Amino acid sequence: MFVKQISVFVENKPGRLAKVTKILAENNINIRALSIADTTDFGILRLIVDAPEKAQISLKDAGLIVRTTHVLAIAVDDIAGALAAALDIIDKNGISVEYMYAYLGNLPDKAMVVLKVDNPETATEKLRGTSVNVLEAEDVYKI
Amino acid sequence: MKYWDEKHECMSREQMRALQSERLIETVKRVYEHQAPYRKKMDEIGLKPEDIKSVDDLTKLPFTVKQDLRDNYPYGLFAVNMDDIVRIHASSGTTGKQTVVGYTQNDLDMWADMVARVFTAAGADKKSIFQIAYGYGLFTGGLGAHYGAEKIGAAVVPISVGNTSRQVRTLVDFGVTHIACTPSYVIYLAETLKEMGIKKEELKLKYGIFGAEPWSDEMRKKIEDELGITAIDIYGLSEIVGPGVSFSCEENNGLHINEDNFIPEIINPETGEPMPEGELGELVFTTITKEGLPLIRYRTRDICSLSYEKCACGRTLARMSKPCGRSDDMLIIRGVNVFPSQIESVLLEMGNTSPHYLLIVDRKGALDTLEIQVELSEESFASDEIKYVEKLGAEIKKQVESTLGIAAKITLVEPKSIERSAGKAVRVIDKRKI
Repeated sequence: MFVKQISVFVENKPGRLAKVTKILAENNINIRALSIADTTDFGILRLIVDAPEKAQISLKDAGLIVRTTHVLAIAVDDIAGALAAALDIIDKNGISVEYMYAYLGNLPDKAMVVLKVDNPETATEKLRGTSVNVLEAEDVYKI
Repeated sequence: MKYWDEKHECMSREQMRALQSERLIETVKRVYEHQAPYRKKMDEIGLKPEDIKSVDDLTKLPFTVKQDLRDNYPYGLFAVNMDDIVRIHASSGTTGKQTVVGYTQNDLDMWADMVARVFTAAGADKKSIFQIAYGYGLFTGGLGAHYGAEKIGAAVVPISVGNTSRQVRTLVDFGVTHIACTPSYVIYLAETLKEMGIKKEELKLKYGIFGAEPWSDEMRKKIEDELGITAIDIYGLSEIVGPGVSFSCEENNGLHINEDNFIPEIINPETGEPMPEGELGELVFTTITKEGLPLIRYRTRDICSLSYEKCACGRTLARMSKPCGRSDDMLIIRGVNVFPSQIESVLLEMGNTSPHYLLIVDRKGALDTLEIQVELSEESFASDEIKYVEKLGAEIKKQVESTLGIAAKITLVEPKSIERSAGKAVRVIDKRKI
């Protein structure tokens, strides 16, 4: 079903990101995609990993504040204008995007985009039957 | 004029003790009759008003503490009917509940008289022009200073706090001779004068009367140098009357306590036992003329020492050293009393943040700054959107500021990032060099 994204609250000070990635490394968790949203004082690190449950538990055990958020992942052709076309469809279907980030992954000639939308259920429903290629969670964790 | 009330300010120790004894006996009777919570305290130890025959018996009496004011919020300790109360002031308390004080007309007259003594010691007379830059309102600073200055017949500019450029213009254009405000604010004013290219020679200012927050001798020198004035220290707390409980003179050798109205004692804050003259301990006051809210052996939590030696200025009033600390965790930030527990109650009330916090107090230039670090909790991280977390911070800021009455920067931090020592969290880091 939906892609589980791990969000971690991190203070904006040296060494914080290293701490998070070190915990993931120690638990043999592979990061598939990541993005960080930052403000003057803090940031929110958003991660797609190969084992989201394990990642959540190990980060939590290390005393971090972690939240699992459901996001959509779509694959678009790795050519100019492909993302614009997909977002146009998303927009026309009345789906509001809270934030998004892209990564390349390793599907040949494809680029992946992670989208945080208001309501992932209805968004998935609406995008079914359009040309937007919504990926299965299991596939995302692996690719 | 050297003294406002030479009779009381310069009376012999014997005369003072006799006057205090007479007034104390009367006060204890009145409190026993009209202040039920204190009567209960006396009854509990089997003490009768008749047992108090002179100031020597003062130590037999139970203490009054701030919690008593809170427990009897708002009017429970008033010793007169509300018909006779003509003014109410309040200051922020430790748990959101304010400390409420009430005055009869006689109380207000006495208070103005005490402040008149202070201002007279600051060289003021009816020719003086006063700029009162303390806050007017529930805080006792503004109105307290105001009526004292009017009492001596000076011209009063009730400008209150804020609007610094207007303060500066007034200072210059109105020919102000005396300014009353917090020491940190006057330093800020002095800096603004400098920035505006106004030299101290252009001012008529001769004296400043500063209080409501701790300040050092270095600050005094800085203020005196930069403005070319004499700085006088005024001390008080709303529970006792407000500003005017004690004051320094030009000798700058301790603060003269208006002992004919407020009997001072120094006690060991741990045991409550009286301390020998000259030793540091907690300052305790008994009001012996106040009608609205008489308080017996009220623990101020301020740490200082007392001296009964006659001052070179001629006053015989006991002198207290500048308070050098607190026996509780109260902070004074920009003249406002702040208890760390206030932050705690705000956080607990909001329910979705952890009650782990750290106050970082600093002084940037002349003004105090307050940063409050709050540990984010699992529950409060209900959305991973920046705007959500920022909104949470803004909500804490709003609640904290409305409770404390001063601005604060809120920084959300990771859990367990605030140091715990011996199980007890360090709540305050005060970086100010006072």
